[in-house]
Amino acid sequence: MSFVFYILATLTLAGALAAVMLKNTVHCALALTVAFAGLALLFLNLDAQFAGFAQILVYIGAVAILVVFAILLTKGSETPKDGVFSRTWLAGLAIAAAVFAVLGWAVLNSAWALPHETAVPEVTVKQIGDALVGRYVLPLEIVAVLLTAAMIGAVIVAMHEKERTK
Amino acid sequence: MSTTLFTVTADQFFVLLQHWVVSFLPGSWQPVAATVVSSAAIVLLFPILFALTTVFERKGLARIQNRLGPNRVGPFGILQPMADGIKSLTKEDIVPTTADAAVHFLAPVLLVVAVFMGFAVLPMGRNMVLVDMDAGLLFYFAMGASTELSVFMAGWSSRNKYSLLGAMRAVAQMISYEVPLLLSAVTVVMITGSLSLTKIVAAQDQYSYGLPHWYIFTPWGFAAFVLYAISTTAETNRSPFDLPEGESELVAGYHTEYSGFKFALFFLAEYVAMFSISGLGTTLFLGGWSAPFAFLSWVPSWIWFFSKLMMSIFVFIWLRGTLPRLRQDQLMNFAWKFVLPLCLLNLLVAALWRFMGDGWLRWVVCSAILVLAYVGMGLIGMRSKRLGPRSYRYAE
Amino acid sequence: MLGEGILKGLAETAKNFFGSYVSSERMTTVEYPEQRIAPYEAARVFPFLVFDGKDWEAGMRCVACQICEKECPPKCILIEKSKDKKPDALGKPQFYPTRFDIDISVCMSCQICVEVCPFEAIKMDTEFELSTTDRFGGLLLDRKELAKSNEYYHGIHPAEAAGVDARLAQEKAKANVKSKAAAEVTATRAAVASAIKGAEVPARPAPEGV
Repeated sequence: MSFVFYILATLTLAGALAAVMLKNTVHCALALTVAFAGLALLFLNLDAQFAGFAQILVYIGAVAILVVFAILLTKGSETPKDGVFSRTWLAGLAIAAAVFAVLGWAVLNSAWALPHETAVPEVTVKQIGDALVGRYVLPLEIVAVLLTAAMIGAVIVAMHEKERTK
Repeated sequence: MSTTLFTVTADQFFVLLQHWVVSFLPGSWQPVAATVVSSAAIVLLFPILFALTTVFERKGLARIQNRLGPNRVGPFGILQPMADGIKSLTKEDIVPTTADAAVHFLAPVLLVVAVFMGFAVLPMGRNMVLVDMDAGLLFYFAMGASTELSVFMAGWSSRNKYSLLGAMRAVAQMISYEVPLLLSAVTVVMITGSLSLTKIVAAQDQYSYGLPHWYIFTPWGFAAFVLYAISTTAETNRSPFDLPEGESELVAGYHTEYSGFKFALFFLAEYVAMFSISGLGTTLFLGGWSAPFAFLSWVPSWIWFFSKLMMSIFVFIWLRGTLPRLRQDQLMNFAWKFVLPLCLLNLLVAALWRFMGDGWLRWVVCSAILVLAYVGMGLIGMRSKRLGPRSYRYAE
Repeated sequence: MLGEGILKGLAETAKNFFGSYVSSERMTTVEYPEQRIAPYEAARVFPFLVFDGKDWEAGMRCVACQICEKECPPKCILIEKSKDKKPDALGKPQFYPTRFDIDISVCMSCQICVEVCPFEAIKMDTEFELSTTDRFGGLLLDRKELAKSNEYYHGIHPAEAAGVDARLAQEKAKANVKSKAAAEVTATRAAVASAIKGAEVPARPAPEGV
């Protein structure tokens, strides 16, 4: 665990915490963007260039914009009157702890199973591309169909609204 | 031979200069120092170019519009940016009371940072790239995507309905044109087989019969270049796509509530984004730092890169002086119904080019497909317009 | 073909750009105030009062009829009539304005005062560099500031001034003819009267039907 990792981890955690604890919803969305950036930097720290830049391009460039648009177009931009903590926080804490326990158990178990490698394998973009259209072509096509369905759905929803307003 | 030594030295002048400056420091500090020196050079050079471009733009637009442009501040108005800089530094920085102070402050900062990051992967000459990344193009577009968020932040934090409208329009426009931008760049990646910008330039730095292998001289490359040019004009909010900052429409769009130096930062970021994206276009389609003819390769490579960059900037200024502004819905229609289908078709044509092998046949087939598609889409699009000479009806 | 208009437009602006360095018909801008364009014949800014001859007070054509004051839409003219009369260009005694103020911050250059003046006394000037730092009276022009000579009028509106002069000369000639005819009539009447007086002694029977 290097010094850089600690800094990046702190940045990501701070962003995520701010995203749930801030009062102003748009500030929360921007803090979430900081968390995304922290994740991307963690990817880059691990020499996963493609994953890191794709994270920035997709999450910060598109998903963050989507989140802020959604906040703006609904009434979410007004600060909530009752504060940001819900009354059922104990149940939420229990569920979060359970999920963390499952994930931690999975990571730790698989860490023993992996051979201890000292050198980081060089994964070039070419290898990712080959894998995507070679071994993982079916998941790629399914994701493409999913995205197309989402876009068509959005167009249909917008079209229906237009007809209703006419 | 002395001429070759001289040309090589002139070509590698800045690289040698950087090595000389860095050599004063101890060995372990040298890689970091080299990066710092190169970054400092970029951060110093492009704002100076920005200052010159503002003068050229004002004088160029003025000459196109039958007037003179600034000519009082220095010989031919060259020192006008100094006057502008002093003005923007000494103006009062007004932040509205209800504005979100933190976000209002961070928006121009974030924009400038994101825009300058793009220069890290542009090869400005032989061996003159700051970071030679394997996924350089992807890094560039990732940085470009970050600019959209800061535009939104600027518009929202001003608590002004005109700013918010301008920001929404700007973000919608930038997102819509991001897709054709990426697709036209992807055709180049497909043919070159690499995302690394240095490899793309190296692939174009070859000559057959004295003519260069620039991608713009191929049918799919020419189409991709035109579509890329349209998308970059829209991405940087330049005329004719400058509705988000149209002065006659929305006061000043998303930078209405910014005064003084912050406004100057927005202005700087817009122009530096223009440089950066023209630099990318030069690298992808115009051969980067390679000379147009084989016998001209004695001219230093960085001179070619910057000349092509400035040519692109002049074309931007020329377009601004010629075309009227597009309305928001016309802009969106254009992106999704014309530019995007042509980009997708161009991908297919590029693939066809690659698989048909060398020869004259692939030139004919690819050009024919592209020309037919363009003319066909034009006819379909113009069918419902019924454009003709205007007829006037006067009150009797 | 799609895109043809854009290419034609680009060619036109390129012609403008390069042409502005070589031809003056492309570069129509002049660098004011070092270079000035001469005003046109029909240029107008604010009114002025015309006077004939050398003395502005004696030669002023205005007879204080106050028609322009009444017709002015923003009511920027203020006239005070004199109590006595002085002879005008035709010799007839006329009133004259002791006070003629135009507030040029109100004047809208509509030229109605010029159109309604029966005496060709008020005309439109082309002087526009009238800015002053005096906020309270600087833009209220009085009689002395408004009076400019007929030669000046010829200088700024030559064709119009020539027409006005011709008209005035015509009226003067008509007035001369009329006065000469009137003078002749009075002279003949006087001669007849004196002749009748002289021939009063021999009594004559009153002729019938005189």
